Amino acid sequence: MTKAVPFWKDERKLAVIFQAILLAVVLVVLLFLGYMASTNMADRNLKFSFGFLSEPADFQIYEGYTVAKEQGRWILRLYHPSDQVWQAMVTGFLNTLRVSFLGIVLTTILGVLVGVGRLSSNWLVNRFSFAYVELIRNTPLLVQMVFWYLAVFLLLPPLRTAPRFHGLIVSNKGVLIPWLVPDAAWANFAPYFYGGLGLWILLWAVRSFWKPPRWLYWVAPVALWGLGLILVGSLPLEWSVPRVQGFRVEGGMQLSPEFSSVLLALVLYTASYIAEIVRGAIQSLPKGQWEAPASLGLSYAQTLRLIILPQAMRIVIPPLGNQYLNLTKNSSLAIAIAFPEIMSVYETTVNQAGHSIEGILIVMAAYLSLSLFISALINWYNVKVALVGVAR
Amino acid sequence: MEPIIHMENVNKWFGALHVLKDINLDVQKGEVVVVIGPSGSGKSTLIRTINRLEEIQKGRIVVDGIELNRDVRNIDAVRKEVGMVFQSFNLFPHMTVLENITLAPRIVRKWPREKAEQIAMELLERVDIADQAEKYPAQLSGGQQQRVAIARALAMQPKIMLFDEPTSALDPEMVGEVLDAMKELAKSGMTMLVVTHEMGFAREVADRVIFMDMGEIIEEGEPDQVFSHPQHERTQSFLARILH
Amino acid sequence: MRALSWMKENLFNGWFNSLLTLITAWLIFVVTRGVLVWAFTEARWSVVPDNMRLLMAGSYPPDLVWRLWMIAAIILFTGGLQYAAQARGGAPWWLWAGALALFAVSYPVVFPATRFFLLITLLALPVGVTVGLNVPRRFVNWMTVVVVLVVFSMLWGQTARIGGFTLTLLLTALASVFAFPLGLLLALGRTGKWPVFRTLSILYIELIRGVPLITVLFLSYYMVPLFLPASWEVPTLFSIVVGFSMFAAAYLAEYVRGGIQGVHKGQYEAAWALGLSGSQSARYIILPQAIRSVIPALIGQLIAIFKDTSLIYILSLFDLLFMALTVARNPKYLGTEREVLLFVAFVYFVGAALMSYASRRLERAMGLGTR
Repeated sequence: MTKAVPFWKDERKLAVIFQAILLAVVLVVLLFLGYMASTNMADRNLKFSFGFLSEPADFQIYEGYTVAKEQGRWILRLYHPSDQVWQAMVTGFLNTLRVSFLGIVLTTILGVLVGVGRLSSNWLVNRFSFAYVELIRNTPLLVQMVFWYLAVFLLLPPLRTAPRFHGLIVSNKGVLIPWLVPDAAWANFAPYFYGGLGLWILLWAVRSFWKPPRWLYWVAPVALWGLGLILVGSLPLEWSVPRVQGFRVEGGMQLSPEFSSVLLALVLYTASYIAEIVRGAIQSLPKGQWEAPASLGLSYAQTLRLIILPQAMRIVIPPLGNQYLNLTKNSSLAIAIAFPEIMSVYETTVNQAGHSIEGILIVMAAYLSLSLFISALINWYNVKVALVGVAR
Repeated sequence: MEPIIHMENVNKWFGALHVLKDINLDVQKGEVVVVIGPSGSGKSTLIRTINRLEEIQKGRIVVDGIELNRDVRNIDAVRKEVGMVFQSFNLFPHMTVLENITLAPRIVRKWPREKAEQIAMELLERVDIADQAEKYPAQLSGGQQQRVAIARALAMQPKIMLFDEPTSALDPEMVGEVLDAMKELAKSGMTMLVVTHEMGFAREVADRVIFMDMGEIIEEGEPDQVFSHPQHERTQSFLARILH
Repeated sequence: MRALSWMKENLFNGWFNSLLTLITAWLIFVVTRGVLVWAFTEARWSVVPDNMRLLMAGSYPPDLVWRLWMIAAIILFTGGLQYAAQARGGAPWWLWAGALALFAVSYPVVFPATRFFLLITLLALPVGVTVGLNVPRRFVNWMTVVVVLVVFSMLWGQTARIGGFTLTLLLTALASVFAFPLGLLLALGRTGKWPVFRTLSILYIELIRGVPLITVLFLSYYMVPLFLPASWEVPTLFSIVVGFSMFAAAYLAEYVRGGIQGVHKGQYEAAWALGLSGSQSARYIILPQAIRSVIPALIGQLIAIFKDTSLIYILSLFDLLFMALTVARNPKYLGTEREVLLFVAFVYFVGAALMSYASRRLERAMGLGTR
């Protein structure tokens, strides 16, 4: 029979005791800090409350949309200073999303190109990619962002003398691009457009019952769209070309200098990291993956496209996802150049209404949920494209 | 005589897998016991329960009079008296050979540095690699590393030495030097429990051979008896495969 | 004609590569020409040397600047000591040569008063490495601790007026020093057996890693003074260091965790079999191996901290970036944003590149990959 072990020497009980002590210590510290904080706040006449969110914001945000309830429905519209503080924050958050999403798409393209360029047999391209990566990676992102803003975009020519190229205008009020917009005929075409999308979703949803042939996935919607075009009679989209009217611009898509600087800095900076990740992934593939296709007669370009890159892209997904997260979080640096993403809006709010701690907690919560969302997406995609049979 | 290792109704499960079934085993002081059996038979698990690298769910183990249970002090006391040599040597790569051997005596038995180093050098002489004392493990061959591992375990002056397939990871030409060290150890009277496939070693040095299969002790006895006249059918088929 | 054949092979093999070469060459040419023309004609580079003291040390009293030089020298000396302890390599003649070369190059550019201090500081690194190679390893760690204390005492008083590049370096050093033990603790908690410890560590790490650094800095900037008695008059730098350390610790923890998980299970078993307790195993066997294997990543994190200190510009702390833009807004130097920003980028680039280089040499000297 096993002798009863005194509990203060028992291995398992010791573990429980230590952890209980640790938990107690953490709680005590938190309570103490909470007490200190509330006393100090009371002394300075600060109240911890989230009520400021429903007060009118009273400041202007020069670009961005917010959500509002009009006529009983939630819609997306331009921000107005009479909106409430929480709507201002939503504008900021939407701007964060805008620059992050576009940034992720552009930086992936650039990063892959530079990564492949790093391994190019063309000496010039090779060395150029190397110089790019080394220069950009060793300088702080904030410095680069401020540089692009103060030293480039703000120093561009004013609208009257700005260079133009087929409707594209590069000026110190921003980069203006001709863009497709829906025109009058869109109202008639819309049902066909959404119908096509709906068809596509429908096909995807029923695939567990009936597996449609691969070509049907895109033929069906396109056929519906084509039908719609014929019935409506004209293209429902038109070019909107930016035109200078005095000191303002009408039409086209307007990318403010703030937005452009943030986007450019984020894209260039993150691309240098992505380039190294892609290069590492390609180099980690066994040499046989180059030799076998060569011996079968495939060219360098074909090998790259059909054998190397598909495998490399799989390896690359987790660290790539990490860089996407970094890009999203780095967009917060835009506060330094007054692009109204959520951090900038936060600072303006604090300057007007105080409540700095409540505000920053909201901002952190916003970033946290965005990070979790992107991480989940990356994880899902990673699992989806994992090679069959390979243990992870 | 009170056995130095006493295992009574020992049972262990890995989840739903029953890996040790009602093991009853007594080992006397100075005895050399060799455990053989097919892979997955539980022989490694068996000896790893003796220094509590594996826990048991049922049964009782007493080592040198100390009950092996959840009492931390008991576990520590047992581990001081039981030395182990692993299949993959497990030398500490960031320390020299000498440091590998003197670490445990200095911080567990709290010996002064000079005493630990003196004992260490003696042991290195004993396993015949005294000249490698200042080298790092990566600079030694497999056979040399394993001999260092033996010296490291012996430095704690244990009463029992466990060997978990000590030569299985070695190139054939280095097996001999390690077995020689083990034979010398056996002759000097150390209590040894060895899991191995080296039947020649077992024949030469073992006092007792145990055959395990699927978590049970199927047969045990003197080497000649078990190798030449196995009683059970499973023992016979195993030996037939091993000894061609 | 070797040049021609080399060009044919490396630049023009095949029509695609030839096209690529032409396009890239044209791009580089256009951009470089623009930049060089500007740099040599329009740029007013005098803004940099004219304001060097502001850029480097902020508004620290000039007669006390010698203190900052000594601190820099001491830090380099310690850095050299630690490097030597890890590397146990050969004699660093190139360090001496490099230090003297740097001195020679900057001789004409700096004030006569500072030349002496500059020399001492530059020589501190090779001296440190030499001393470190010849002194038993145990002393090195003690010396490091003593040095940290000395540096603290020298900084006491007038801390609020440190600015410029010195502030950048100071913040980097402080944040790293505090982040490391915290990160280590978190990594141990994350990989340990105890669920409470593990959950707390995971919560902390995931929360911090999900938010941008600037938000953590804002939070600590506002909250740290609230947690301490108002009478203490907590300097802003303290709050910032707290925020920085907490942020960096979370990332460090993940690197160290990777290192810990890379240690073979057999090492644990050998340690336990020898009778080492859990904490003894961690201290002598597991952690040394874990940390060794992630030193490149740790230095990468150090470089990241170094670059991230630029964020305190947003909180209106007088770091290098802030001083640079302040200088550019001085009416006398209006319009020199490009010059000062390029200077700032240059300083950061040199610092980061040097650290990367040291990291690579350290890796080789430690024989990572062969042990």
